[in-house]
Amino acid sequence: MTRPAPDPAATAPDPAPAPDPAIASRQALLRTLALAEADEVLATLGAIDPAPDYTVVRGPEVGLVMVRGRIGGGGAPFNAGEATVARCTVKLASGEVGFGHVMGRDETRAKAIALLDALAQTAAHAETIAAAARAMDAARTAREAARAAEVAATRVDFFTMVRGED
Amino acid sequence: MYVAVKGGAAAIANAHRLLAKDRRGDPAVPELTAEQIAGQLTLAVDRVMAEGSLYDPELAAIAIRQARGDLIEAIFLVRAFRTTLPRLGASRPVDTAAMAIERRISATFKDLPGGQVLGPTFDYTHRLIEPDLGAEPPATADPLGPAPRVTDVLGHEGLVEPDAADPAARDAEPGDLTREPLVSPLPRDVRLQALARGDEGWLLGLAYSTQRGYGRNHPFVGEIRTGAVELELDVPELGFPVTLGTMTLTECQMVNQFHGSAEEPPQFTRGYGLVFGRVERKAMAMALVDRALRAGELGEDRVAPAQDEEFVIAHSDNVQATGFVEHLKLPHYVDFQAEAALVRRLRAEAAAGAAPGETDAQEAAE
Repeated sequence: MTRPAPDPAATAPDPAPAPDPAIASRQALLRTLALAEADEVLATLGAIDPAPDYTVVRGPEVGLVMVRGRIGGGGAPFNAGEATVARCTVKLASGEVGFGHVMGRDETRAKAIALLDALAQTAAHAETIAAAARAMDAARTAREAARAAEVAATRVDFFTMVRGED
Repeated sequence: MYVAVKGGAAAIANAHRLLAKDRRGDPAVPELTAEQIAGQLTLAVDRVMAEGSLYDPELAAIAIRQARGDLIEAIFLVRAFRTTLPRLGASRPVDTAAMAIERRISATFKDLPGGQVLGPTFDYTHRLIEPDLGAEPPATADPLGPAPRVTDVLGHEGLVEPDAADPAARDAEPGDLTREPLVSPLPRDVRLQALARGDEGWLLGLAYSTQRGYGRNHPFVGEIRTGAVELELDVPELGFPVTLGTMTLTECQMVNQFHGSAEEPPQFTRGYGLVFGRVERKAMAMALVDRALRAGELGEDRVAPAQDEEFVIAHSDNVQATGFVEHLKLPHYVDFQAEAALVRRLRAEAAAGAAPGETDAQEAAE
């Protein structure tokens, strides 16, 4: 068996998302909404005035996503187990289609994400939702930083003692 | 062969009512909420998610409450629930190098980029019962820098085997034991899927056996890390991956006995563990058993139980195991009567001085 030296390409991260700025900003919004607390998402949707006119294209429904890992962390993929995911697709009366996906079984949350995704494509609400997304990002970053600071305080440095006999 | 029974409906209904009463306990004591279980019995929830093979802390907490804390029963409930749901797709492989670290230790390398952090661990506690648990506010410190996987740091020196010798393997479609029957020899990806959902006690015992000499492979903990990773799903309608949320995982990189040959210099081999939640003992055991099961691939003699893939994987699922063991308590009156009649006849023949019926050496019914 041959075991060549590690190929840098073999451990490089997955290709970056498409460079299209519209796609990148939509992707970023969906990420923000999926990582936000449910009540933040619902409050953002609740503040949209007037309430959107829409039809539900699919769902909301709960299903499974097979979670994949990589052997050794960076090797071939394997199936590590499943996760519940709620999803919903909506279409505004003005034609914009929104998609909502979020871990767990909260269909209301998935539908709210789908509506915000659709509304963010309208000129009337794009800036409101972008501002709300910035606030959600800031809140999440603060939560993560607070936790990281608690974890950092458990940093350890062990000293190796000199062995007695030799 | 099992012969079905019927009847008993009224007794069964009453038994379930009694179960509900006993599960509730003293009505003067407030009922446990799933939220309390998810928030305070976190590691029980993690174990149910790992072995239930379904990441959903709230659901696991509900299952634990319903199962009166019997985790295998809770795992069974979660597995049954999962069969009611459609499969929406498969995630992109999670990136454990980008994990938001909650705990990260190495028994082999003292000075790691990103540091070693103990996190919320039982290690170094005195294991004294504390009837009243207090919680002081935790200390804080400046955050640490990025924490690359130790195996990637070491890999650059060529000391340990790389993740994938063949870069094309990174894009391979993995096997799925929930869709295809398990037929040996199994590829490593399917073995890892089975181990990730396998019973913690089973894997712990097998891992321990390798340390005690049954398939020894000289392990070191290269790294254990626990923390949150983001889960991403490619959505065809959108044409780009969307983030679904975060999940807590524990990863164990075991660095093992080295190998070399005339053509290649010696190099450490590896075993890998990846488990939902903070199930560190299981992740370590999984990595040891993964390494033991690579015996054939690495040219080692298969002499120990932990190296026997069919033995290890076929008996690793505790829902299957409990189903087959516990079915023995169901009525087996017909089977037993058939065997009892056979024993009576053999005894009668023996008493009469006749040779025991050579032609009747029938296998016991299952």
